[in-house]
Amino acid sequence: MKTSVAKSPRFTHRHLLSCEQLSAPDIEHLLDIADKAADSNRSKNRKTDVLAGRSLINLFFEASTRTQASFEMAAKRLGADVLNMNVSTSSVQKGETLVDTAVTLNAMRPDIIVVRHHSAGAVALLSQKVDCSVVNAGDGAHQHPTQALLDALTIRRAKGRVGGLTVAICGDILHSRVARSNITLLNTLGANVRIVAPSTLLPAAADRLGAEVFTDMRDGISGADVVMMLRLQNERMEGSFVPSTREFFHFFGLDQEKLGLAKPDALIMHPGPMNRGVEIASTVADHSRSVIREQVEMGVAVRMAVLEALASNLPS
Amino acid sequence: MAATAPRSSAAGKGARSTAQPGLPRTAFLNARLVDPATGRDEQGGLLVEGSAIADLGPHLRRNAPSGADVVDCRGCVLAPGLIDAQVFVGEPGAEHRETLKTASHAAAAGGVTTIVVMPDTKPVIDQVALVDFIQRRARDNAVVHVATMAAATKGLAGEEMAEIGLLKRAGAVAFSNGKESIANTRVMRNVLNYAKDFGALIVHHTEDPYLSRNAAMNSGETATRLGLSGVSKVAEILVLERDLRLVELTRSRYHAAILTCPESLEVVRQAKARGLAVTCGTSINHLTLNEGDIGSYRTFYKMRPPLRSEDDRRAMVEALAAGEIDIIVSSHDPQDADVKRRPFAEAADGAVGLETLLAAGLRLVHGGHVTLNQLLAPMTVNPARLLGLPGGHLAKGYPADLVLFDPDEPWVVNKDLLRSRSKNSPFDEARLQGRVLRTVVAGETVYQYAGVERT
Repeated sequence: MKTSVAKSPRFTHRHLLSCEQLSAPDIEHLLDIADKAADSNRSKNRKTDVLAGRSLINLFFEASTRTQASFEMAAKRLGADVLNMNVSTSSVQKGETLVDTAVTLNAMRPDIIVVRHHSAGAVALLSQKVDCSVVNAGDGAHQHPTQALLDALTIRRAKGRVGGLTVAICGDILHSRVARSNITLLNTLGANVRIVAPSTLLPAAADRLGAEVFTDMRDGISGADVVMMLRLQNERMEGSFVPSTREFFHFFGLDQEKLGLAKPDALIMHPGPMNRGVEIASTVADHSRSVIREQVEMGVAVRMAVLEALASNLPS
Repeated sequence: MAATAPRSSAAGKGARSTAQPGLPRTAFLNARLVDPATGRDEQGGLLVEGSAIADLGPHLRRNAPSGADVVDCRGCVLAPGLIDAQVFVGEPGAEHRETLKTASHAAAAGGVTTIVVMPDTKPVIDQVALVDFIQRRARDNAVVHVATMAAATKGLAGEEMAEIGLLKRAGAVAFSNGKESIANTRVMRNVLNYAKDFGALIVHHTEDPYLSRNAAMNSGETATRLGLSGVSKVAEILVLERDLRLVELTRSRYHAAILTCPESLEVVRQAKARGLAVTCGTSINHLTLNEGDIGSYRTFYKMRPPLRSEDDRRAMVEALAAGEIDIIVSSHDPQDADVKRRPFAEAADGAVGLETLLAAGLRLVHGGHVTLNQLLAPMTVNPARLLGLPGGHLAKGYPADLVLFDPDEPWVVNKDLLRSRSKNSPFDEARLQGRVLRTVVAGETVYQYAGVERT
């Protein structure tokens, strides 16, 4: 296995905070690295020492099982030392501010900090106070760039390309950082993006984001190459956005019948965790065209690519 | 210095001159006299005797009466000292952010000679003893006039009426529910109806509390891209519309504290046309900044109501030029780093503004959007009349509350040099044009610009 990283001339970012910072060549470069990582992850000798001697802190202010595990797996496959900061036992619970936490962790001289926070912009704020690289693992309803990258990788591997495809993102767009990240990234790669939701789950000026807006799911997924379902985020609901999960499923849940309106070879995607019977029927989630498990697999590969690209710019 | 509402029927007329020999006299020569009350804008001079204006006009341009101290204004603008009708102070309760003393020094440095302090303190200014407290502290510590806006409801909770009659008698110049709208329509109706009997003015923040709950900024494309929860200007318009229906019902005096969009102004225009005693204001921030200034989550631009779109800002400036905005406030709201250096949605609202009020406003004059008199009227004579305060007018017998400023001098704002105890200025590092050179309160110079020797 490769034991050193060549300086990457094509990825010059110190942090990965938002899909808006990524150009098409940036994205293709990351997906190329991730593609190889995905293949090697399926082989027996999958551990490398690309990040040997490097330390990574997983700082999760918001509960997450899969993203945190995915970053940890990715970092360990690359040989990094990983520290998981458990927020429920940390000083944040004792009233420490985010900036103080950042300064404290920075003093421990990590190489990369992976951050998830419930507040939009919090990861960018933290990145201004540290000397290391910072990866945004989700900040409020703002961005979750590695999710969009893993979705693009999944699509590219299944379809051979991303540009020119029609991707329908369906469900709770309003509260979704996954939707915002994907709208940006898929547009950069030249896909036709649609967003499908009841008006109560669409953000203001939704038509200004570079996506075609649909409030009828049948219209929204007609002829789509990819149907990307979003989790109905009950924990973020503060008002009455939909009358009931039953009614939501009736009009906006992906079932066999609605799926029939998409292209016959349409991919079914979901960032997880799924609410079966709320936004997606069990039979569809487990459908042969469902790539939901591949998304999880590609998540590790994409995060390996991101960490490797950022590490290539770290001082040795 | 405590400024109380005059209790006599001569409210707002100012003290008549009682020129006595022996009072100190200062002549401001070679000035550009600007007085929005009369539209005066001419070269001349002004004579101060004791704490009042004794004389003014072109005949005093070059020659001072014998025995008077002379200030050569070098052609700079001499205008009535500014009256800032919305200033949040941390005293009592949050003195680490601002005291009456530090706020008054910030005011003096900004050419503001009267500040109206808001009741959003700890405890809330909803009792006579607290109005008294403010006035005593101001008398002992402040270098500018301080008038008190009292709470319209107890604890600003929007549920029970405060003692409006007694508070007014104690010197409160108007009544406000602070940074929150009174959500309960019945309470609002009763407050307006009761205040009417005392001729008390209700100053209301118009923002629907349900629509604005947890909102971090104006809703729209910028908020959506930033992933921030937004509030539409509709939240402002519908509370305003409700209020004006209640004003029509009760025939009371009402002032909308900070309006931010042309739709709101249209509502006020219609109410004025129906003969209602309605006025409206805006903040200097909403005339000179927009939501785009938030950029990448800059919390110094987080305020309530939130900064709106550029289209809204431009419409507000046009309305100012058309004379439809009665009052401009700084909405000076000191917040320390502990509450501002946070993720945007969790950061405190508010921006300091006393020291940059005039210079920021002069952007609109230099841009050719309004005249100097159009800019200054909502900061001088209009609030004086509305709140029954002395001052705001260059005329014989009026208080010698004056600001001398060079409208052209460029400078760069450095938040660390602000006199306010808090440094949350949205104009930090902004290039402004127009500098206060001297501020005079009741005949005494309380601020003098140290950068250039002017006298």
